[in-house]
Order: sequence, then C-alpha cells, then structure tokens
Amino acid sequence: MVLILMFSRYRYDVLKRLGKYIIIRGIAISITTIIAIYIVILVANMGGFIDEIIKTEIQFNVYESIRNNPAYRGFNKSVLEEIAQKMIELEIKRFGLDKPFIYRSFNYLIDALTLNLGRAYRLTSASGSKQVRIIILERLPASILLFTSIQLMLFFSSLFSGLYLSRKYGSKIDKIIVSLSPLSSMPGWFYGIFLIMIFASWLGILPYGGIVDAPPPEHPLFYALSVLKHMVLPMLSWFIAYFAINTYSMRTFFLMFSSEDYVELAKAKGVPAREIEKKYILRPTLPPIVTQLALLLISSWMGAIITENVFNWPGIGSLMWAAIANNDSPVLIGIVTIYAYLLAITVLLLDIIYVLIDPRIKIGGVGT
Amino acid sequence: MIKALSKFLRELLLYKSALVGIIIIASLIVLSLYAVITIPYGESIKRWNSIEYWEDFPKNAMPSWVNFFTHKKLPENIILDSREQKNYVNKTTISLSGGKYIQRILFTFNYIYDDFPSEVILRIYSNSTKQFTTQITWIKPGEIEYILGRRLLRGYEAYYISRDEDFLKRFNANLISKIGSKPSYDLDITMALFAKEDLSILNRDTVEVSKGEYRVIIDILMGEEDINNVQIDAKLVVYGKVYGIAGTDHRRRDLALALLWGAPIALAFGLIASVTITFMQMFIAAISAWYGRSLDFIVQRMTEILMVLPFLPMVLMISYFYKITIWMLLLVVILLSIFGSGVKSYRAMFLQIKELPYVEAAMAYGASSFRMIFRYMIPKILPTMIPSIVLSVPDFVFLEAALALLGVGDPQAVTWGRVLEDAAREAALYKGYYYWILEPSMLLLVTALGFAMLGLALDKIFNPRLREM
Repeated sequence: MVLILMFSRYRYDVLKRLGKYIIIRGIAISITTIIAIYIVILVANMGGFIDEIIKTEIQFNVYESIRNNPAYRGFNKSVLEEIAQKMIELEIKRFGLDKPFIYRSFNYLIDALTLNLGRAYRLTSASGSKQVRIIILERLPASILLFTSIQLMLFFSSLFSGLYLSRKYGSKIDKIIVSLSPLSSMPGWFYGIFLIMIFASWLGILPYGGIVDAPPPEHPLFYALSVLKHMVLPMLSWFIAYFAINTYSMRTFFLMFSSEDYVELAKAKGVPAREIEKKYILRPTLPPIVTQLALLLISSWMGAIITENVFNWPGIGSLMWAAIANNDSPVLIGIVTIYAYLLAITVLLLDIIYVLIDPRIKIGGVGT
Repeated sequence: MIKALSKFLRELLLYKSALVGIIIIASLIVLSLYAVITIPYGESIKRWNSIEYWEDFPKNAMPSWVNFFTHKKLPENIILDSREQKNYVNKTTISLSGGKYIQRILFTFNYIYDDFPSEVILRIYSNSTKQFTTQITWIKPGEIEYILGRRLLRGYEAYYISRDEDFLKRFNANLISKIGSKPSYDLDITMALFAKEDLSILNRDTVEVSKGEYRVIIDILMGEEDINNVQIDAKLVVYGKVYGIAGTDHRRRDLALALLWGAPIALAFGLIASVTITFMQMFIAAISAWYGRSLDFIVQRMTEILMVLPFLPMVLMISYFYKITIWMLLLVVILLSIFGSGVKSYRAMFLQIKELPYVEAAMAYGASSFRMIFRYMIPKILPTMIPSIVLSVPDFVFLEAALALLGVGDPQAVTWGRVLEDAAREAALYKGYYYWILEPSMLLLVTALGFAMLGLALDKIFNPRLREM
C-alpha cells in the first residue's frame, strides 16, 4: 500500500514537472517564433521602403486613371488635382499605408500570427485570386509532391543502406560509398544542370523542366505519367547529390551506437545479432532519426528555390522567388509564417514525445 | 612545432584523397595568383563589362581545343589590320588620269578550315572627316571576283559584310548564270563568301568551303590634295567559330577571363566566409558556455531565432532589395550565420570542457575569464574545427553561384556563377553551347571536390573516432 502511494506520488511529480517543462518550452518557442517572424516582416518590407514604392505606384495609377477617364475631361486643373489627392488618400488608406511603418509592422505581425495572410500586392494565383492563402495553397501540392518524395526516398534509402553498411563496414561496397561522399559537396541543383544537359538537351528523352507536358494530357493516367516524367530529373539530381553523404553519416551514426558498452555486453551475453540490432542499436537511435525525418518533411514543404528555378517547377520555392522579385511582402511573410509555425509545433511535439518515450531523458532545470 | 607539422603532413598524405585535394587547392591558388598579378581586380571588371574591348572576338565561339577532337576543323579568328606592318597587307597608291588617285589596301589570307566563319566585318578608319568613295572587292580562290559594294567613307565606317543582302542577290544571280540554278535553301552570306561555286553549293548538306588564298581589296578614291595627308586604314575580321582556351559568350567576351578571375573570387569568398563564420560561432559558443546564465540564455534564443529564419530567402531578399556587391553579400552571409546551428554544437563541447580538471585547476589559481576562454577552452576544440572549415568552403562558393544563377549576384563581379547565369539566360543548353555551361561548372565541381576530399581526410585525422570506422 505504501509502495503504491509512493509510486503514484512519483507519477504525479513527474507529470507536474513535465507540464511545467512543456509550458516553459512552449513559451520559449513561441517567443523565438514571434521574433523571427517580425524580423522577416522588417526585411521583407525593407524597413518600410517597400511602402514608398507602393505609394508612388498608387499616385501614378490614380493620375493615369484620371487622365484616361473621359468623365473627367473638361474639368479645371485644380479641381482635378483635388480629386486626385482624394483618390490617392483613399487608396493609401485602403492599403493601410496612412499610418507610420513601425505601427503597421506590429499590425502585420498580429495579422501574420493569427494567420490572417491578407492580399498580395502584385502576384495572383492561376485562378486569378489575390488572396495570399489561395496563392500559397495553389503552389503547395507541387512542392510537396516533388520534395517530400525526394526527401522520403533519400531518407529511407540512406537509412537502410547505412544500416546495411554498418553491419559490413570495411567491405568493398562500404569503401565505395565512403569514397563517393565528396560528391555531396555540390548541391542538388548543380547536378540538375548536368542532368538537363545530358537527358534533355543531348539525348532528348526527358523534359527540360516544368511539371507537366504542354498541353497537359486529358486522361488522368497520362497526366500522372507526364508528371512522373517531369519528376525524374529533379529527383535524380538530389539523389546523386545527397545519397552518398546521407548513407555515410547514417552508417557512422549506427557504428557509434553499436560500439556502446551495453551493446558489447549484450554481445558477450550471447544475444542474437538480429535482437541486438533491433533492441540495442535501433531503439536508442530512434529519437534523433525521427527528429531528422520530421524536420526534413517540414523543410520539404517549403520547396527549394534554386532547384525549382533550374527545373522550372511551379512550387513554393519559385513562388518565394517571384515574391522577392516583385517586392510582394505579404506573400513572403505568409510563406515564412507558415513555415515558422510548422517548425515550432514540430519541435515542441518532438520535445514532448522524447520526454515520454526515452527513459534516458530526464527533465532537469530550465532551458536545457 | 616543425616536427609536429611534418608528422601531421605525413599522416595526412597517407590518404590519397587528401593528396588529390591538396593538389587541386594548390593549383587553384596558383591560378588565382596568376589572375591577380596579370590583371588587376578593377581592370578585370572594366574589361568584362566593356563592349569595345571585345569587338574583334567571335560570338559564341567554342574553345579552340575542340579542333583536336573533331574531324571537321572549325575556323579560328582571322584579324587583318593594315596598321600593323605585316606581310598580309599591301598598301599602294595608284594614280589615275585627271589628278585622281586610288589608295589601295590589299589583304591576303589563307582560309584552310572545313567550316564557314561566323561573321565577316570590315572596319575602315580615316583620319579626316572628308567624304571618300570606297570600293571593296572580294576575290575567292580561283580568281572569282566580286565587288562587294561601293560605300561612302567619312571618318569611320563599319561594313558588316556578312549582313549585306545586296551582295547575296548579286551572288545568286551570278550562280544562276554560272551553273544554271540557285540554292534551294537560305544561303548564308558567309557561305556565299567562302563556298565552292559548283553543284555542291545547291544542297545544304554538300556545300563546301573553297580552301585557299583569299584577297580583299579596298580602294579609296581621292583627289591630289588628300593623297599625302589623309591616312586610311582598314581592319578585316573573319570571325571564327573557335577561340582561345575557353571560347566566348554572346557578347563576344573571352570566357577565359571570367574563368580565370572567378578562381580568386570563389576562393576568397568561400574561405573568408567559412573561416570567419566558424571562428565567430566558436567564440560566441565559448562565451555562452563560460558565462552561462542570462548571457547563455540570450545566445541560445538567438540561435533558435536564426534557425526559424529561412537562410536562403533572407539572403535573396537582402541582395535583391539592396543590389549589394559581392563583398557586401559576404558580410550579410556572415551576419546571418554567426548564430547558426554550429553555435549549439560548439557550446555542447565547451560545456564538457568546462568540467575538465585542468580548467578547474586554472580556475583555482584565479585565471581571468579572457585567459580561460582563449588559452584553455578554444585551443582545446580548435583541431576538431579545421575539417569543418575546409568542408564548408564549397557551400559558400555554391551559394554565390546560386545567387548569381538567380540573377541577384553582383552585376559587376566576374564570377563562375555569373558565367553560368549568362549561359542559362541565353539558353545555352537549348542552343547546344555546352562548353559555356561545362567550363564554369567543371571549375565549381573541381573546387568543391578538392575541398571535400581534403576536409574528409582531415576529419578522419582530427576525429579519431571516425578513423577506425
């Protein structure tokens, strides 16, 4: 009886500490996220300079529309000027540019944090909408389709080959992979250029870029095949760039864990090799592997600016570049906010999961 | 010290990849030194962005060495300049009746290539603003003579022979009278100037270069009063299809210049960025680990903020909005990276070092914080950092190339990335100008491989845990 009491007392204590830990972690993560989003707002607006550009554009547009509107013909110049000033004022108010930038920057921040992404200045979605949310959602599937597939393929292939190599390290195939790892000093888009040169320009068997043939095939099956055909080169380029180094680091990682004392002990006890691998090597390596996978997946949703540019892929990466090139800060802020949110939530969730599943993680002081 | 260094070198050279890496990096350094010594930085930029400087260079010419590998020899550039006292020029004065004179410039050259030139341009320079009538005659091997045109010369005249449609009309008419028919395809003017005039010219696939001696005569008609004080010179450029060791681009620029000057810039950019960032990160991590408490808290939060900020979009925004130079870009990259993820891992190392007995001993005798950080903590992890410095150099070289590829690089700088961007913008891949893409790419590739091979070998030496694996 006393024992049970003590046990539940212990459980309660753990839960209390866990709750406190989660709250503190959550607050710290929220603060960093908010500050990061605010920095992006400042940079994306060039500290208010973008506003000046938009103001001049509004003035230009108003004068132009008055000049071209036959209803205003014959008016006296000073009257026209008055009308123009009024219209400019209205437009500036409509864009919310009548208040100082610092004040508005906090408005932008609140809008971003409440995921009220607003309207784009210049970019439009393919369907013609200026809603940032719709623009982003329209591009998201393309990025997810390509980069999530790439990351999953890379992750699992290098996980299993790393595990395989750690079992037979020192073998010929192990040496080959190790000697291939300098290939990864070059980014995926760089291999993309070579692959386009070989398969599109020289051999002419795969497309230069884009997501689907033009005009797109009618039948869904052919459509899917055409998309697949367009995915081959980008996927291959990333595979060449990152497979060797990922496999190499996975292998080293498993090797380090398989030389731990408890593994040696299990071996000495005569535990079967399969069992050792499952229970003594894989299990403790799980948390960092899960973290890596989760972060990879989230970053893959952001696409890749340069690879998407090289392959002309209509994903989030090329949207981000279009937003930068068009000074379209709402779109930029929208993308970064979504990314920051996903990242923050994932990091917090992972923190909690580890505390729960890994007995070796102890909740000690704050800020560890 | 020297002994230790030589021992280290001997150990390093046990790895063949390290040797290859060192050779690559050393040759890049030699190349960079050569570039910096022969052409000053400012001069290289001025030359690269000039138009006049490249006037006599062929457009989109392949490198000369492709001729070693092909059966069909592509033409080299031929420049004939009457201002140079060479034996291909013959300047004479012919006196006509009635006090008129002809100044005649005769160019002779041998054309022995299997392909037609890309362009032919004749430039005539006169030191007087007076107007003269000139007549240009083109003589092919076998004494086939064409009068290309009569033109008025005043000061300076550039005659784009390979765009002279009038000549083409006369040429076709001449062909019909000679062999009874004219080519069924669009005959290029350079082809008309250089082709064999028999049945082979009628078909695009059989048209052949007439090899042999070509002569170009420029006659300038002038009066007696001008003959002694008007100086007229001419320059004939038969633009080839191959040039130099690297070829040329769409603005006739010799790629060799950009490739040569790309080396010091890539090395400087990559090395400065990786060394500065690694040292700054280490320094910040050391301070954070040593002082702990609120300072540590602030540093930790800063690194977390930087982790949320997407690096590439930030760099792109800043370099796009402010149109910065490559050296400002370097500063931005450094500023955005000093609180990068490296700080976290260095901090973890320092926290372990802080507990070591020798640190405690130093604390006991009252060493200052400055001494603790710079004499006891940083030297301890320095060796483990060297591989990561070397390994991260290519990242920054490619970062610059990536920015250039997107068109936000320094518009003035002469870098490998800029060459790639020009090639991509001019659709070099569609048009088959592979050399244009391959040359800068290969240099980038070799640079990256060199640093990666050396870095990985260093990693095995400095992190012995990896060695037995």
